[in-house]
Amino acid sequence: MNQVYRIEVALLPKENPPDLLLSDIRSLGIAGVQHVQQSALYFCYGQLTPQEIELLCNELLVDPITQTATWGLADEPVSDASGVQRIEVGYLQGVTDSVADNLMKRAARLGVSGLIEAGSAQCYRIQGSVSATDLDTIAHRLLSNDIIQHYELGQLESHVGKPLASHVIAAEEVPLAGLNNDELLTLSIKRLLSLDLAEMKAVQAYFEAEGRAPTDVELESIAQTWSEHCGHKTFKGMVDYSETIDGETTHELIDSLIRTYLQVPTQTIAAPWVLSAFVDNAGIMAFTDDYDVSFKAETHNHPSALEPFGGANTGVGGVVRDIMGVSARPIANTDVLCFGPLDTPMDDLAAGVLHPRRIYSGVVGGVEDYGNKMGIPTVNGAIVFEPGYTANPLVYCGCIGMAPRGSHPDGARPGDLVVVLGGRTGRDGLHGATFSSIELTDETGVTSGGAVQIGNPVTEKMVLDAILVARDEKLYSGITDCGAGGLSSAVSEMGEDTGVAVRLEMVPLKYAGLQPWEIWLSEAQERMVLAVPPENEARVRAICERYSVEMTIIGTFSNDARLHLSYDDETVADVSMAFLHKGTPRRHLVGEWADPKGAEPIELWEAKGSALREALLGILAHPNVRSKEDVVRLYDHEVQGGTVVKPFVGLTNDGPADAAVLKPLEVEDSRRGLAVGCGFNPQYGLIDPYAMAVSAIDEAVRNVVSVGADPDCIAILDNFCWGNPTKPDRMGGLVRACKGCRDGALHYATPFVSGKDSLNNEYQDNVSGQQVAIPPSLLISSLGQLDDVTQTCTSDLKDGASHLYLVGATLPELGGSYYYRLNGELGASVPGLVKEGPAIAKAIHNAIQKGLLLACHDCSEGGLAVAAAEMALGGGRGLSIHLADVCTAGAEVETKDAWLLYSESNARYVVQVADDRANEFEALIGELPCARIGVVEDEPRLSFGSASGDELFSVTLMEVRQAWRGHLQGGGECAE
Amino acid sequence: MNHPRVMILHAPGTNRDREAAAACKQASGDPEIVHINQLLAGECELAAFQMLLLPGGFSYGDDLGAGRLWASDLFHSFHEQLDAFVEVGKPVIGICNGFQALVKAGYLPGPAPEQVVTLTNNKRGHFECRWVRLRPNAESQCVFTRGLDEDIYCPVAHGEGRFAVLDPAVLSTLHTQGQVALNYVHVADAAQAADMAAAVPACGNAGYPANPNGSMDDIAGICNAAGNVFGLMPHPEDHIWAEQHPRYARGERGGLGITLFENGIRAAKAFVG
Repeated sequence: MNQVYRIEVALLPKENPPDLLLSDIRSLGIAGVQHVQQSALYFCYGQLTPQEIELLCNELLVDPITQTATWGLADEPVSDASGVQRIEVGYLQGVTDSVADNLMKRAARLGVSGLIEAGSAQCYRIQGSVSATDLDTIAHRLLSNDIIQHYELGQLESHVGKPLASHVIAAEEVPLAGLNNDELLTLSIKRLLSLDLAEMKAVQAYFEAEGRAPTDVELESIAQTWSEHCGHKTFKGMVDYSETIDGETTHELIDSLIRTYLQVPTQTIAAPWVLSAFVDNAGIMAFTDDYDVSFKAETHNHPSALEPFGGANTGVGGVVRDIMGVSARPIANTDVLCFGPLDTPMDDLAAGVLHPRRIYSGVVGGVEDYGNKMGIPTVNGAIVFEPGYTANPLVYCGCIGMAPRGSHPDGARPGDLVVVLGGRTGRDGLHGATFSSIELTDETGVTSGGAVQIGNPVTEKMVLDAILVARDEKLYSGITDCGAGGLSSAVSEMGEDTGVAVRLEMVPLKYAGLQPWEIWLSEAQERMVLAVPPENEARVRAICERYSVEMTIIGTFSNDARLHLSYDDETVADVSMAFLHKGTPRRHLVGEWADPKGAEPIELWEAKGSALREALLGILAHPNVRSKEDVVRLYDHEVQGGTVVKPFVGLTNDGPADAAVLKPLEVEDSRRGLAVGCGFNPQYGLIDPYAMAVSAIDEAVRNVVSVGADPDCIAILDNFCWGNPTKPDRMGGLVRACKGCRDGALHYATPFVSGKDSLNNEYQDNVSGQQVAIPPSLLISSLGQLDDVTQTCTSDLKDGASHLYLVGATLPELGGSYYYRLNGELGASVPGLVKEGPAIAKAIHNAIQKGLLLACHDCSEGGLAVAAAEMALGGGRGLSIHLADVCTAGAEVETKDAWLLYSESNARYVVQVADDRANEFEALIGELPCARIGVVEDEPRLSFGSASGDELFSVTLMEVRQAWRGHLQGGGECAE
Repeated sequence: MNHPRVMILHAPGTNRDREAAAACKQASGDPEIVHINQLLAGECELAAFQMLLLPGGFSYGDDLGAGRLWASDLFHSFHEQLDAFVEVGKPVIGICNGFQALVKAGYLPGPAPEQVVTLTNNKRGHFECRWVRLRPNAESQCVFTRGLDEDIYCPVAHGEGRFAVLDPAVLSTLHTQGQVALNYVHVADAAQAADMAAAVPACGNAGYPANPNGSMDDIAGICNAAGNVFGLMPHPEDHIWAEQHPRYARGERGGLGITLFENGIRAAKAFVG
């Protein structure tokens, strides 16, 4: 008789793992828990003998050195010692459970044929005095996520062995004829279509002309294609923009932000090494004579707010697929993460909002899991904590790829087969594209539960391995990843020029019961779509079998320029590609911007020695500035063997690097390399998004130039995360930022090659009615190139008699600085574009190439003082700095020590030059703003002399180290 | 020139195959990445190779435990081929996930199939990527570390690398039979730390982070009694060129992991027909 068995695998008593959950539990305000023990649960349904269960335990489930198993029928009660309570957490029915899948496959191979279904789960044994309410809080807030899991306080009742509810599978008609405006809008909201009235009316008109009602499949396809996420309606729309500066208002009508401010500059720069910008899944640049490099960054904000691990996990998976979608091998990942402060009191959280600590650990874990398991080094990024990100965290994921020139084909041709590779399709991620285009509410988690995807990095790695072989054998004519919008987006994009016919019943499903529109829209992960000429089908199939990748033909590219979908021979969609892709009404938006009237806290400029000293240590210890080593070392930054400049540099491998340098394994015989950096400062955006944009570009350029990249060959990406663009103030700020992008890119001749926008990052709290928008957030990612990876420079001070120079002028630009924010101020004097910036970058590059710089550090957050402290910390050497010598390009005020130390003016680099190369270096710098500001010393102390020549303050390297690294468990790293 | 053929055994989810191949090539081997399905399908035979390398990664997603399912492949699907390969004395190296698989299939410390040691969750409970210093044990008969008189400096990148044993007797046997091939070491003096000469004194127990995972007796790598099967958690294949050194920009050199591969290839040459 078929039974459900329960196997529990626990650690042997001698094993004593760190209790990583305890601090999280205490952060929930629950003090009574003494200890938490975790064990793994497996549910097995079928006809199994005791011998067979023992076999599964011994061969597959138990490590005899550290673990032990107990098993029995699932409905038999298990007993625990007194004072121990259980929380058991399992997946909801239908959610991907790869552990269970592997258990099934292996059991079959071991000859255990009676196993029909398996499921995995987790058990937490909680020791201590904990009330049932607290136990429930722990389970609900920390251990289980309602969207994908269910829990029990006590023994879990598994869904294993229970049949799925059956449904009638059919497309249904959705009548639109005669609906008035209100009814159309209600329909849009009810079905989570995220279409506005003009768009709903366009759909209504189209089907009126067709003389029939749309099916749900058609309506969903249109909503997905026209979604902000896929269609970029705001960036392509018309903007009626007015700007008020110094009381004077100007108006302008902007025809497409993306074209005007991002694409046109790239065309104007006309860099010969840009091979593809803004057209494909990623930007593509020439790297060597034989290889091209691709670069893309994405965001995955809303999913990460609801299910942090899964959201971030699939965010990485998604951008990696973008790179696979240009036929490239992913060689590095980047990530920039924004959260609310980790010490946010629980009571301050709005309903439905997860605690920042939970989001943080989930997101970091998700990034770690995907990158590490796919074998892609995570080499660059940032973590930023601001209250504005509490309800709406940001997860930016970037990926860099490498492909032989000419290996990425043009696109599908009529007659090609539509081939799906990889994961099966389930109900995961339904409405992801439209969901990312709406604001979050405390009900979002409930109403769009399906919008969260579940990742499986190893499946994606297997698909990658297979695709690279197919690519090298030139077996496909088109390729796209299944991302937001699922097959609907991927297949209808590939078939936009040709037309395509798909049989939805052919799509392999995880479980039965999906409606046709669900199959078409599902955002189940790890799927790629290829256009394969029929003559290559057999070879592609053989490759997929080799790599254990599921391959399915689901249709054919046609030549009728229509999207035709059927299910069991019933037509469920038949619309013209022209309407689907071009039928969306142009969006008209209003943007208004007025220059900020923020006050400058001049009194902070008067600060004296001890306050300035405290400020330095305070900034170094700020959560946004201090060492992120506890997170960065969770990411494998060494896999693929190409990481030359690593995230940490210096004497004891713990000083901050400005950018990563990569030498891809593909070009083993060349010394060419890539430098990866980023610029991000939402604090400036609160004052002026224009300044934020030019500063982010400046910083992204400085990052890569500091490690040796050629400033004539830097590509950049824009990733906007913004509030609701239909609100004129949000839209006005967005226009300002776009103008900054244009001016910054043209100034540095750094073309944008790809970009993405995530709008509607606002949180409507249904209880209080408060509308919360995130700070305006623009990430600029930079990818530079180096002729020779052995000619890099790092930020740590090196040995030998040497001087410190500050290249670039320091201006009283403290608006948005860390010095101000440490004192609770924002200010107004935000850094701007620097005329000499490009010439300075070239000079730094030349100096690195000539070997003149022992160390070079980008001067950014925290200004000169923090940059110098980081260099000293990395090198284990001291510095004596004279502020009187700092170049201010004529900017004069009476007391200037504070702004000389902490101004965050752009286009500045702090460099170390050996005494015997000083003349050569000064000759190279010529007339550019630059000054010798200090001496490198062996005494581990940082001392500053004031602008008037007096002693200002000093700190020991130990104090610097304590401020920057004191929060890390286990303290200092040692050289070995 | 007779370059020994090295099979880099790829399993679904392994991801350091290409670096391993680069290291073998650099060490004058003739590497070929072979998918485990090719072996399963009988498309190629282990016997045609002179060295076997099991690379790092997350075979089968580490579902059911790190290296566990790959070990099950080794033991259930290829054990005859693999036993013959090992018995004749051909070199076998498992790195990281490959080490975990060899241990869980019982090939290390051997003889298979009994599992008497394991690589389990790091003491700190999480994945960690950092550089470590490894000292070859001069008393070991391991063919990969034989005669090495310089420490190796290379990264670890794992969450389950803590070496543990079934009982104390297993550990003492490993020591007395020279099966401990590599240890994590900590050199306290910063100036000496830059020097990879094995004569640089190490201080007692390595401690964290020199021993990044809390392995017993600072054990980083072990071999079988015959010395031809070797496994280690760190990644010597990620330090085969000088510029991969984390302090390359500071002028530091040495500690290349390539020496392990050169030793292996040298041993494999004896089997080139």
